[in-house]
Amino acid sequence: MRRGGEVELAQDAALKRTATTANAKSPELAAVNFELERYEFGEPAVHHFELQRRDFFKAMGGGVAILVAAGRPLAAAVVAQESGGRRRRGDEDLPENIGAWLHVGEDGGITVFTGKVEIGQNIRTSLAQAVAEELRVSVASIRMNMGDTAHVPFDMGTFGSRSTPTMGLQLRRAAATAKDVLIDLAAKKWTVVRDGLVADDGRVRDPRSGRAATYAELAAGQQFAETIPEEDPLIAPAKWTVAGKSIAKVEGRDFVTGAHRYASDMVLPGMLYAKIVRPSAFGASLVSVDAKEAKAMDGVTCVVDGDFIGVAAPSEYLAGQAAKKIHAEWKSSPQPSSDGIFEYLKTHRGKGQDYDEPRPHIAGSLEAGLAAAEVKLRQNYTAAYIAHSPLEPRAAAAEWKDGALTVWTGTQRPFAVRDALAEAFHLSADRVRVLVPDMGSGYGGKHTPESAIEAARLAKAAGKPVKLVWSREEEFTWAYFRPAALIEISSGVSRDGRITAWEFHNYNSGTSGIETPYDISNQRIEFHGSDSPLRQGSYRGLAATANHFARETHMDELARAVTMDALEFRRRNLKDARLLAVLEAAAKAFGWSERKKEDGRGFGIAGGTEKGGYVAACADVRVDRASGEVKVERLLSAFECGAIVNPEHLSNQVEGAMVMGLGGALFEAIAFADGRITNPHFAQYRVPRFSDMPKTESVLVDRKDLPSAGAGETPIVGVAPAIGNAIFDATGVRLRAMPLVPDGLHVGKS
Amino acid sequence: MRTAAIELVVNGTRRAIASEGEASLLSVLRDEIGLTGAKYGCGEGQCGACTVLIDGVPRRSCITKVWSVAGKAITTIEGIERDGALHPLQEAFLVEDALQCGYCTSGMIVSGVGLLKTNPHPSDAEILEFMEGNICRCGTYPRILAAIRRAAAGNGGVR
Repeated sequence: MRRGGEVELAQDAALKRTATTANAKSPELAAVNFELERYEFGEPAVHHFELQRRDFFKAMGGGVAILVAAGRPLAAAVVAQESGGRRRRGDEDLPENIGAWLHVGEDGGITVFTGKVEIGQNIRTSLAQAVAEELRVSVASIRMNMGDTAHVPFDMGTFGSRSTPTMGLQLRRAAATAKDVLIDLAAKKWTVVRDGLVADDGRVRDPRSGRAATYAELAAGQQFAETIPEEDPLIAPAKWTVAGKSIAKVEGRDFVTGAHRYASDMVLPGMLYAKIVRPSAFGASLVSVDAKEAKAMDGVTCVVDGDFIGVAAPSEYLAGQAAKKIHAEWKSSPQPSSDGIFEYLKTHRGKGQDYDEPRPHIAGSLEAGLAAAEVKLRQNYTAAYIAHSPLEPRAAAAEWKDGALTVWTGTQRPFAVRDALAEAFHLSADRVRVLVPDMGSGYGGKHTPESAIEAARLAKAAGKPVKLVWSREEEFTWAYFRPAALIEISSGVSRDGRITAWEFHNYNSGTSGIETPYDISNQRIEFHGSDSPLRQGSYRGLAATANHFARETHMDELARAVTMDALEFRRRNLKDARLLAVLEAAAKAFGWSERKKEDGRGFGIAGGTEKGGYVAACADVRVDRASGEVKVERLLSAFECGAIVNPEHLSNQVEGAMVMGLGGALFEAIAFADGRITNPHFAQYRVPRFSDMPKTESVLVDRKDLPSAGAGETPIVGVAPAIGNAIFDATGVRLRAMPLVPDGLHVGKS
Repeated sequence: MRTAAIELVVNGTRRAIASEGEASLLSVLRDEIGLTGAKYGCGEGQCGACTVLIDGVPRRSCITKVWSVAGKAITTIEGIERDGALHPLQEAFLVEDALQCGYCTSGMIVSGVGLLKTNPHPSDAEILEFMEGNICRCGTYPRILAAIRRAAAGNGGVR
């Protein structure tokens, strides 16, 4: 091992595994794999929040603070013991497990503190809306402090479509409680009973006497902290006046004027610009390095630390020049390539997985089900690795002051990045602060700490702040990917269209959406972990996209096998009323039953459920047989996620998921060979562009009687099977691999 | 072509530039001048996030050497808003909710403004063709199309 001088082993190791070795079998990789599925269910966040009441108000200023006890049963029990179900806190410490809090300052300013971050899903707006609704104030009067680890309570991260159902609910409760406390304060001030007092427009009124006091007047001189009970009554969605409406994106003006500062836009005094010298292949180790020339450059800091090589220079241009002057020799071993990857995933099982495979889901008897079937079908489906490729690549700006580290970075998991930095640099977590400016999207791709650690390492060596923005090629290569999938389905169906047997095996991609929503007595559904040659992790919808692609394509094949309409076939096998409702809504809006078959034109339908949301998609596709060009003319999704918080932003998410889904459905695929990505540029890795756009329509099914579920992910799952089914309808060619037509459709080839 | 002292005219202001002439216009705008509205998306002219107007024509600043635009009129997203008044296309982006994360938005708006300058009433096909080089990974293309249509309908995007 070559050393840069001041290096400690553990730091070396942390850098190596996060920064330079993508597919090493390391704890970091295990963490990434762990995110695949287990990640998505529940929020086991148990964190010690050691803040004393007086410190809290010293930091916050006086006023009224409502803390949400992160749904911990103990906290709820303590609260319930108090008379009136409400706990008034004295001078003791605040509870340990806080999910979020809300502060009404002495100036009446309302600030929300949450670890959730804004990725473009407009959660900053919709959370503010929920609070505004309960507190009866305008959205504009609420300040959202998000993702700053020094100021907000611990949060697992922004993923798994949990922000709306979990954080939205918590903040709603906090805001409702704050309103009650303010009413209590008014009642006390006026020595009247609280019944009959009304809170609206930022003040409490007594209609009997005509008195009114603003929230500022009521909060002044208070140091009031309260932990909220879970059973606080909320305003029913049917009575929402602010939430449920289309409020414009908060701070929208900053985005259309270029004023918003992303992490990659950060400027710090004396800041240097970084460039990392990457290994020649995944898992490569450094044989030799000559950095003399780079080190001799004026103002350039060069770090060679284990397998980590990076430079920091006074400009991006000079950093690039310096990096080019470093001559590194790497040693790598032969690795699998994208050709033949599915066979590889099937035959290289289990290794690299740090968690137990879930038990298969078994019901009834497959043998009996197949025996009862009049038609049997066995097919395999695949999905390629794809890249998130957020338009803002991974970026971080790092600054050391008095041994403490501050990093601005675009991450969906600010606390995980903080902990990774603390570990890498042997710091206690309270010496590390991570701030997350609203970021240039993520789609599940920004969970890991690489750029933060790299920038911090160089900043430490340089003694100056350092900013690192990954190049597009780095983003395509050294980030992680949506897992590739091999899915094998074996099924049986009776002549009247009832599915009698369903066997489903997913290799590598995961368990999200793996279970069938259809009513089938005899099933075996199983996930098999594989030794993925590429680093893989979270992605919008995760494995649900591959699982739905396979299942809903197979459903179409079964419907054809018994010569039944695809919608009718689903109806016949479905008891889930919510899924049925979106299928019917999509079919109605699309004109499914009136569709007219033409040569080279086809229609497809697909549906599914994931993360509490229900979606159905319809596609209208034209295929030019001569050129092989496939054009999706129209794409419609009906989506239901309980009570809708912001219809306009929900439509935007559904449309966005359709467009993103279109890329994975038609042409996106990572190509790789021998530890290298062979298409790491937008010129080679095709993403959807303007000319690919179909007419997109979203049909929102509002269920005010149901709790709101997240919406950023699920609408992606129906897109690929609806398109694939439409291509079959148009051409009679059944495509079972995602992407469906990376090079167009050439009959005979598929 | 490298000169010792390069002068740029950015959003109507003339500035002497200290950076190397070979540096990209994008890095000079962002790092030396402090105009961070133009974004790095790919560095290869493939995504349009870095788009600026050079003498009124949309150009990819990431692949433009700074020496090559000395003395030319450079307009960045920061120069599209005037005297606190948004350009009609900026207004249209807000009305149509034509962004999610917003990272592509600067380039989209600058490209769209460039289109409307030469073609105040473009057809949908003309909009799609002109905007083809700008990527939005959030998938707001249909809304961006609607925003350009809206701005064009209101006096061809002229204030």
